[in-house]
Amino acid sequence: MINKYRWWEIVGIYLGIAVFLLFILAPFLEAFLVSLRPLNRINSIPYKIITDGMSFEAYFTMWKNVPRLPLYIWNSFFIATCVTIIVLIAVVPAAWAFARFEFKGRDSILAAFLAINMVGGAVLIIPLFQLMRDLGLLNTYMAMIVPGAAFLIPTAIWLLRSYLMKIPRELEEAAWVDGASRPYILWKVILPIAMPGIVVVAIATFIGAYAQQFLFALTFNSNSDLHPLPVGIYQFFGRQTVVWNEVMAASLVGILPVLIIYIFLQRYIIAGLTAGAVKE
Amino acid sequence: MQAMGGRPNVFPYLLLVPALFITLAIVAWPLLETVRLSFTDASLKPTEEFIGLANYEKIFSRRFPEVIGRTFYWMAISVTLKMVVGVMGAMLLNSAVPGRGLMRVLVMPPWIVPIAIGVFMWRWMYNGQFGMISGVAQYLGILAGPYEFLGDRTGAFYSTVVTDVWVGTPMVTIYLLAAMQSISPDLHEAAWVDGASRWYRFRRITLPLIMPAVATMGLLSAIWTFNSFDIIWILTEGGPRGSTTTMIIDTYKTAISRNRYGEGAARAVMIVIFLSSFAAFYFYMLSRMAKRSLSNDK
Repeated sequence: MINKYRWWEIVGIYLGIAVFLLFILAPFLEAFLVSLRPLNRINSIPYKIITDGMSFEAYFTMWKNVPRLPLYIWNSFFIATCVTIIVLIAVVPAAWAFARFEFKGRDSILAAFLAINMVGGAVLIIPLFQLMRDLGLLNTYMAMIVPGAAFLIPTAIWLLRSYLMKIPRELEEAAWVDGASRPYILWKVILPIAMPGIVVVAIATFIGAYAQQFLFALTFNSNSDLHPLPVGIYQFFGRQTVVWNEVMAASLVGILPVLIIYIFLQRYIIAGLTAGAVKE
Repeated sequence: MQAMGGRPNVFPYLLLVPALFITLAIVAWPLLETVRLSFTDASLKPTEEFIGLANYEKIFSRRFPEVIGRTFYWMAISVTLKMVVGVMGAMLLNSAVPGRGLMRVLVMPPWIVPIAIGVFMWRWMYNGQFGMISGVAQYLGILAGPYEFLGDRTGAFYSTVVTDVWVGTPMVTIYLLAAMQSISPDLHEAAWVDGASRWYRFRRITLPLIMPAVATMGLLSAIWTFNSFDIIWILTEGGPRGSTTTMIIDTYKTAISRNRYGEGAARAVMIVIFLSSFAAFYFYMLSRMAKRSLSNDK
């Protein structure tokens, strides 16, 4: 058979995959090991992978010693959820318009959305900073939510548009012939049949929103009570006594929610992420 | 939906309003405002004056050309590595061995966890005294003593590249894997019947057919890498002694850390110019591919 490997080929493939996955997973492994070590063993020489006295203690003490940790995790969730809601409100009607309607300038507007997507937030940080300052939004959740949403909209439009284009238009046209208004069609016909696509877009957006929480929070927010987890942890770095085992434990707890979402929905997430990059 | 429209109507435009409003306010207007600011001496003081090209003259008379060169070098190495590692990873995960489903799942975490948190982990790994890389390298005898990866210019430069490759590789791998799986098995079977070796089939079938995907992903990856901020900022903040200061980091430092908005904006405009040329090239490539696939269909 074509896919039959000789034994040394199988060994080679597994070896290659092992090296590849080691590169991908080593930081997580290291973080986990550090989180298990007692503080006096973290700073011990020579390096040992397994040290004495490993325990899950840091996972309990961190809630007390890392002030505001639950708050940071909550903030991360809250910001990512708000971003997702705003993106969906903006993207569902827009994607429908791009997928179904003929109107002047449609293709150029769509291209402009995609082109604008090439500029990252850090490039536009100066006017954004002034905008947030002038609107009085510095040190509020809004300063992290609104820019976060804006930079996720183009990909989400693209993803949902491709999904909507695959839905047969007979249903909408039947409803239209029956005299339904277009907002009614959007709400009662499109939304229900497009739900699987919308869910994929929502998950991809949530993960994107959760992943990007650094720059805007670092720049627009100096209120420690509002920081998302990444900036909350980053603030510890400058200090003399970084409690590394607790920082690593907190980092792992902070990424656990997205990892759980990923494990359960990985099929959809991978489809969503790759479709976002595949411009048909 | 022509049938539903009839008369020229505003309805589709109404559907675009929320998305357009946010994008215009947060991306398009700041883009134009950056260009305007780059011709002014804006800073923390309440007034700003139009000063023509003075900001541009200023940045080009200093070490900025060096920063541009470094940015391109950093990007070129990082994107090349992502592509090489990504092609190899996709090839390995595409092979028909038991357990590949699980292995595909394990590839994605660097891409889906918050970038900043992944980079915190790397920062610890690069620690010379207690980090894993230095520790294991000493154990294996590759390093004679502790090596602080982020401590000297060369070490810091390549360390930031490696972390950037780590963040970008999963996306490249999964994307190229999808491209490999869309290749018709008939092609491989026909070649196999003719006695072509696996390596020959890879070189003559797989590689040419995934080349469009490699090119697309390479350009997208270049754009993302050019925009990369979090990784370098968390690992080194552009140091030591400027060795990891890319254009983005330089812009941020000038504008936000030193409050020189005008000068920072001039740097940002330079970034936008480079990004636009990548984007133009990207769209050109897509339209050419679209044309080719149309003519193939006929």
